[in-house]
Amino acid sequence: MASLLRSLILLLIVQSFLVAIAFGSNEVEEFSEALLLKPLPDRKVLAHFHFENRAPPSNSHGRHHHLFPKAISQLVQKFRVKEMELSFTQGRWNHEHWGGFDPLSSMNAKPVGVELWAVFDVPQSQVDTSWKNLTHALSGLFCASINFLESSTSYAAPTWGFGPNSNKLRYGSLPREAVCTENLTPWLKLLPCRDKDGISALMNRPSVYRGFYHSQRLHLSTVESGQEVLGSGIVLEQTLTVVLQPETTSVESNMQPSWSLSSLFGRKVVGRCVLTKSSNVYLQLEGLLGHELKNVDTEIEAHELWKNAEFELSLKPERVLRESSSFLFIFDIDKSSDSEPFDIGLTWKLPSKWSCQQAPLHASRFLMGSGNERGAIAILLKATESQEKLSGRDLTNGHCTIKANIFQIFPWYIKVYYHTLQIFVDQQQTTDSEVLKKINVSPSTDKVSSGMMEMMLELPCEVKSVAISIEYDKGFLHIDEYPPDANQGFDIPSALISFPNHHASLDFQEELSKSPLLSSFKENSLVRSYTEVLLVPLTTPDFSMPYNVITITCTIFALYFGSLLNVLRRRIGEEERFLKSQGKKTGGLKQLLSRITAKIRGRPIEEQSSSESPAAQSSVLSSKLIFKIILVAGAAAAWQYFSTDK
Amino acid sequence: MAAVNRDNVEEVKTDDGSPKIKPRPIVRLGIFLIAHSPIFSVVFSAAGVLALLLLPLLAKNTYISENALMPGSARSMLSNQDASDGSKLVKDIKNFRLNHEGQGVEVQKLIGKYMSDMGAEVSFQKFHPEGNQFHPLHFFSSPDSYALEENVSCASYGVNVAGIIRAPRGDGKESIVLVTPYDFINGGDYESLSLGIVSSLFSLLSRVTWLSKDIIWLVADSRYGDYRPVAAWLTEYHSPSFKVSDLLKCDELNTADNFRRAGTMAAALVVKVDGRSERFEDTLSIYAEASNGQMPNLDLINVVNYLAVHRQGFYVKVEKVVSLLSSSWLQIFGEIFEAVGKLAHTLNPDWNFGIPAADYLEGSATLASSLYSQALGIPTGPHGAFRDYQVDAITLKISPRFPPDSKTRQHDFFLRGARLLEGTIRSVNNLLEKFHQSFFLYLLTSPSKFISVGVYMIAFALLVAPLPMVAASLYIDGCKALTNSTHNPAENLKSWKWLDAAKQVFALHLLGFIVTLLPYFICQVPGQHSPRNRSIMWGTTSSSLLLITFVTIPGFSPFSSRLHGTNWAVLKSVTIAAAFIGLCLMSIINFATAEIGALLLVPTCLMAQPIKPALRSRRVKSLLGAFCSLVLVTIGFPVMFFALSKGLLGEGLVGLSLGGEFWTWLESLWAWKSATYLYIGMVHLPCWLLCLCILFHPS
Repeated sequence: MASLLRSLILLLIVQSFLVAIAFGSNEVEEFSEALLLKPLPDRKVLAHFHFENRAPPSNSHGRHHHLFPKAISQLVQKFRVKEMELSFTQGRWNHEHWGGFDPLSSMNAKPVGVELWAVFDVPQSQVDTSWKNLTHALSGLFCASINFLESSTSYAAPTWGFGPNSNKLRYGSLPREAVCTENLTPWLKLLPCRDKDGISALMNRPSVYRGFYHSQRLHLSTVESGQEVLGSGIVLEQTLTVVLQPETTSVESNMQPSWSLSSLFGRKVVGRCVLTKSSNVYLQLEGLLGHELKNVDTEIEAHELWKNAEFELSLKPERVLRESSSFLFIFDIDKSSDSEPFDIGLTWKLPSKWSCQQAPLHASRFLMGSGNERGAIAILLKATESQEKLSGRDLTNGHCTIKANIFQIFPWYIKVYYHTLQIFVDQQQTTDSEVLKKINVSPSTDKVSSGMMEMMLELPCEVKSVAISIEYDKGFLHIDEYPPDANQGFDIPSALISFPNHHASLDFQEELSKSPLLSSFKENSLVRSYTEVLLVPLTTPDFSMPYNVITITCTIFALYFGSLLNVLRRRIGEEERFLKSQGKKTGGLKQLLSRITAKIRGRPIEEQSSSESPAAQSSVLSSKLIFKIILVAGAAAAWQYFSTDK
Repeated sequence: MAAVNRDNVEEVKTDDGSPKIKPRPIVRLGIFLIAHSPIFSVVFSAAGVLALLLLPLLAKNTYISENALMPGSARSMLSNQDASDGSKLVKDIKNFRLNHEGQGVEVQKLIGKYMSDMGAEVSFQKFHPEGNQFHPLHFFSSPDSYALEENVSCASYGVNVAGIIRAPRGDGKESIVLVTPYDFINGGDYESLSLGIVSSLFSLLSRVTWLSKDIIWLVADSRYGDYRPVAAWLTEYHSPSFKVSDLLKCDELNTADNFRRAGTMAAALVVKVDGRSERFEDTLSIYAEASNGQMPNLDLINVVNYLAVHRQGFYVKVEKVVSLLSSSWLQIFGEIFEAVGKLAHTLNPDWNFGIPAADYLEGSATLASSLYSQALGIPTGPHGAFRDYQVDAITLKISPRFPPDSKTRQHDFFLRGARLLEGTIRSVNNLLEKFHQSFFLYLLTSPSKFISVGVYMIAFALLVAPLPMVAASLYIDGCKALTNSTHNPAENLKSWKWLDAAKQVFALHLLGFIVTLLPYFICQVPGQHSPRNRSIMWGTTSSSLLLITFVTIPGFSPFSSRLHGTNWAVLKSVTIAAAFIGLCLMSIINFATAEIGALLLVPTCLMAQPIKPALRSRRVKSLLGAFCSLVLVTIGFPVMFFALSKGLLGEGLVGLSLGGEFWTWLESLWAWKSATYLYIGMVHLPCWLLCLCILFHPS
């Protein structure tokens, strides 16, 4: 007993020592949570949940972690994932009203359905295998049909058009994936407090899914320690972006709706998740009102900023940060408790209007043509109003240009004719070399791989509109390749338009170590926008058709082979001789028929000598026949009688 | 034909004295039919006509085929507030137009402002009213071959307004289109009510959460007709020209790069309000026929009909030929069928095919109209423009029972109209796939009764069945006649005696083809010509061409006295074969045209025979036959038939202007790319000419 106790004490000492080492080296697993709220110009509210989980590069714990989800670290270790992003999205991001030129939109505006990309740290030959295994693992992990991305017809290997330049990158998306709570629950399981405590407790399913847009994203990247012994660390970033419509009671239509956390989510925050390092709520106000407030005297600014003639916050912010065009109010939820839950609210007093910063060009994509044979895909890029104000122009060669990368994937049954690519700049057709700086095309192979096109356009800054069109033929699928609901049509995944010279960042001039959310905002992120998913109606067979085809084919075959065999096999002359020699020993029924026909025609029957007496035979037969007829008629009459009687 | 030949050979063999081998039963049946072709052709033709008359009896009740539609299962969410929004728009437009007389796009801007206040994305589109120009190559071409005219004048152009409501959680892949044609300059009070209905609905749809498809509301500028603005908008939607258009510079309203789109269209509804209802209830007329007899999916009509009748209490009707309602012969048929139905019912209570004579009359009148509209191949409304892009669309024409200025009634009318549309949109919104479950080939006998392709094919099949039989029997006869004359039976049977006749038939078909193309060249003739002059030009050119053919190619003329001209029996046989092929081909393209064409062409072809022998023989039977064939050939002439049908439809015969009217009618046919025009020119006219040749054959 004593020895056991001693050993236990020893173990405790050793463990505390180890922990001390770990703390001492400042390499602990960290988890932080944050919530950013932002009123949008079209009377909606954006809520952006941000969770970051860092596992430092260390081998002290072996394969064990304190906070970091084991499933993810196993995934990283097994498939040697260098970087990966998975997003589940429902609804469309409204680039005009919700912004297109801030880190929030460029990172969280995702295409409808599931999008997955990953960079692997394996030899080139094994990348595809790793990707396939990864899709299956993620499929199980997130209760989604990500495993459909395994097929080589559904993913592509972008080289430079997508973003990260790597030849070990794979990209795939499933536009038709329905996103629902079954995908959110496993995502929440990765958080140390799940949705039981802290900010994530706000995620009331009905209110999250009632929103106009929601996108849950999981981004993980490995951090190389540089030392062989330590291995690599993992940073797991999980975000959930929802756009909600607050309930309005105001009669005035131009008044922004007032809201609070409890009115948006139906829940309140009662305290932070105890395992977090930091737990903050931010409120970002941008646009016109920021500019107005700049004139206010600094003395009263702190107070005036959150309680003024225009709006009022229900809680006093801890601090207020300022960026060029927006204000950020920071709240700490540490102070909240069960008795006094954290419930930030925003009340508007005056009608106000502002607009979001937009990407230099607004992209939309649509299908052209009619009929089941041919068509064209067109991408329309339109200059937005905010274009003039934008920085990041490339002033090479003395004139100002905007660079735009376009990356799109075509499923194999959309047979794109790449030579038909036409580019119209400001409604003037241009030769390709004028604006098209770089193009990379990998054509599709029927039933094997999907096609991919990467384009880099260099447009003059004063451009008003650019139209790109490319023609395609619709392919035919084999009957078992049609998905369920084939009559709806087939999806072409979103194209990605990114602007390599434009980077969105929000710099709040704040020491960044505290908040991973703000530091992620400060990082220059590529401005990108996804276009719409397209629906191509393909020719669909009538799925009962195989039955009809089989029936008619069999009939034709039977008729054809029957007559062919007759022609080949029967020798008319032989038969005649045989008939003669047999003296027309035909069957009784045939004879009877011939008699009847002869009688009808009024000709005498060709008499033949028969061993049997024909009269007797015919009488026997006819009596049999009459009996049969009477039987059938009787049965029919009886059936008719009984059926009508009921 | 080959089978018949072989049988003949066999029969010949049997005549030689070898033992008689019976041919196969199917061959025997064929021989039997051919041998008795006169009786069978009469029987089959009569049966075909009878089957056509029986069609109203065989009509089935419509049913919702696609379960996902679930019409009327959700409670309407449309409130009084929405309806008063609609009333407000109508009032504002009325006031605005009273105050601002004249041109401009101010009304469009007002509607655009209403739309954007409701939360829709608004876009304006300018279009040019395109003239009807005949181009022979435009038949069957897809709409993308549309080319912009170079010299666009700013004097006349229209402006469409379109508003798009994005489905809150939708993926934007699909959309539903609502169209309200409205004449912004001189639209009547009734017309603006359609704006009120759709605006009430739009106000509701901008706040509902159940939308999964985007909703587009197009206010089409119907200054230049209903069809053109919708077609122009669809062209811009589906196949825009990215090149700069002169039209854009025309006005202060800048529409460049403003056009907005919303995914693949699932369905489209055109809403029109016009005139006052004659009945006690509000009347809803459904128009569905698109170009070349294409119909929208029956489910769309079913949903609208179901909701209108069972939820909103409209009186629903489809177009019918009114003059047929009072025709006595149809009444007699109806009574006979009713009596037969009653008799059958007494024999077996389960036999319920009889319908009252009044229903029969209604059904036949509707069926006739349905057949006529499909056969004409001209769309019956702006919905026809959608069919070119494989979008199912119908036009709903609502006639209220109140005068347009009654405010209280108007509110109720908006409420009901918008609820009907809401229900329909909700049903289409439920649909995951595009319409494909129900029928595309059908004829309507009432809004809730239809005849599917499987049933109405029978009438046509019976009607054309005698043609191959008669062709075969005539060929045999002709060959026999030749055999007798040349005393060389074996050679003659195998020889290509039909080749001469086929040459003639081919030449006349070629002539028909040229005549079909002639109007294009006549249109190119410089100077302004009245339709009458143009038709005279056409007539003279065609007949001179015909004469040239007869004169230049020997043996073709029916009036030539050459003895070795083609045998008329063989000629008729080949003619009938050509007519049969033409009719069968047409039945695939446009069934209704083929049906009506067969009614006309089959008796003419069957009856045609030389008059001379008949006159010579002076027997009553042959004289009667000759007279019949003469009458039929006269009626069969397209212009004659056109005049007769005009007269039957109640419009008086107008002597001299007939040619002009016929020309205008044909012009409308080719403007709408109707295959009926091709049928008349390339099947009917040559066959009619051939019948004429047979009629005046010298034999």
